[in-house]
Amino acid sequence: MNAMGQIPSTSPAAGACGFDVRAARADFEILWRKVYGKPLVYLDSGASAQKPRVVLDTMQNFAVSEYANVHRGVHFLSAAATDHYEAARRTVQKFLNAAHEDEIVFTKGGTEAINLVSYSYMAPKIQPGDEIVLTVMEHHSNIVPWHFLRERQGAVLKWVDVRDDGSLDIEALDAAITPKTKLVAVTHMSNVLGTVTPLKEIIARAHAKGVPVLADGCQGAVHEIVDVQALDIDFYAITGHKLYGPTGIGALYAKRAHLKGMRPFNGGGEMIREVARDAITYADPPARFEAGTPPIIESVGLAAALDYMMGLDRVAVAAHEHDLLAYAREQVRAFNWLKVIGDAPGKGAILSFEAEGMHAHDIATILDREGVAVRAGHHCVQPLMERFCTASTTRASFALYNTRVDVDALIAGLAKARGILGNG
Amino acid sequence: MDNALRELYQEVILDHSRHPRHYGALEGASHKAEGYNPLCGDKVTVYLKLGEDGRVADIRFEGNGCAISQASASMMTDMLNGRTQADAEKLMEGFLHLVKGEDAAGLSEDDRETLDVMGGISEFPMRVKCATLAWHTYKNALEEGAT
Repeated sequence: MNAMGQIPSTSPAAGACGFDVRAARADFEILWRKVYGKPLVYLDSGASAQKPRVVLDTMQNFAVSEYANVHRGVHFLSAAATDHYEAARRTVQKFLNAAHEDEIVFTKGGTEAINLVSYSYMAPKIQPGDEIVLTVMEHHSNIVPWHFLRERQGAVLKWVDVRDDGSLDIEALDAAITPKTKLVAVTHMSNVLGTVTPLKEIIARAHAKGVPVLADGCQGAVHEIVDVQALDIDFYAITGHKLYGPTGIGALYAKRAHLKGMRPFNGGGEMIREVARDAITYADPPARFEAGTPPIIESVGLAAALDYMMGLDRVAVAAHEHDLLAYAREQVRAFNWLKVIGDAPGKGAILSFEAEGMHAHDIATILDREGVAVRAGHHCVQPLMERFCTASTTRASFALYNTRVDVDALIAGLAKARGILGNG
Repeated sequence: MDNALRELYQEVILDHSRHPRHYGALEGASHKAEGYNPLCGDKVTVYLKLGEDGRVADIRFEGNGCAISQASASMMTDMLNGRTQADAEKLMEGFLHLVKGEDAAGLSEDDRETLDVMGGISEFPMRVKCATLAWHTYKNALEEGAT
């Protein structure tokens, strides 16, 4: 989305930019509740997003009327459940604009999707000294699976730094790709900095050297429109619960040609073709990677969530989120004791910061009592924390259902925290 | 300000966190341990020197973290200095009860008075681990941290 870098100057009034936030808020009942007697201000969607009523209803209706196990029974309900499960796969295919439905593997989340690539695709190809290129802003879920290959097989992790504003230096990344590089594993959007990486450019550079690319899309897919064909990406991981869907389900997009050659991941039912006492053959993708009973009800919920998102004007939603970020960014400028971490051009709607003499946990506790939910800590990105010489930050992450009123509550809460914790 | 917050961030606590007592490495420590809370990144190192009589002859800490974890570590070093191990154990037990809002009857009157400022933490279950980090680290140093 090219418009990402431009901060819209529109007010967030209903319908002003093709997205009616007030109508959207009506879909999320949890936002109507109070905590400690104050209206809930939920600014932790980067950790997990709230779910619209339609997701919960769809899951319940399915469980109440059409649930059974998939792919095995010949009975009516099993056929119905299988239809729903495979329809969900096609919804994910549509959401990512994948060419084929069998390029979508259901997983239990983004973490499992990346571990699947590490184990089934990468591990068999790794010789000692082979390199995997990462950026310092990766989430632990896109670090640890590669550490496994370092520990077990002698792979070398090559870290690409970010600039002080949190942006990625494409030339630095390009330079890190050598003849020994087997994979570039990069986030689509940093969960702390908000930085959106130039995936298309990264992929073009890597492919020019014959290196495949995996993107961790757990944050990116929420805020950006993803087209895996236009990107020509090899692997793209998403998780349901950040996409306004249920926990316990995610998906891996992988090119057909890659999946075909990949060894199985977990072993069990569903993923085999034939099992004998001393011989075994495996099912074709994607079943080969979906051992055991999958998250069936969750798949239906995920499809409902993606349908919900695709039913909105996503460009307008992105503009709305960017307006919130720009508004918040402008407000915190008044706090000379607060330092924003991550100011990359075109960044997504995440505001992370440090406050002089005030620890993130103390800030988060005080905000919490004001009804404002934020995340405090290292956000599972310790190499990045080290890069910015901090042990923890406070993070406010914005979703489609947030408003400027939420930002105002955050700002008022921060002023209060300053009053309590002061600078002694 | 709401009362629970006022209780939690009392002036005494803020003062300890801004001006921690007994802060820094201890030369010639007989025991040492590092405490770490992987959830929030709080870190504390406790250094301990036991006297020949088994008392805590000196105790210091280093670390970084939230106001609660730093204040708690500072107060702990203040209170443990000079105690016998048995007395220290009793104090720790009482403290752990206190911050969880449980019966801390085992504490002496003086200790209860000193620790009164930490009582507000029991209203914040998510923060109890911040308050107890230094104490658990002290115990680790004693049991497994002989240098």
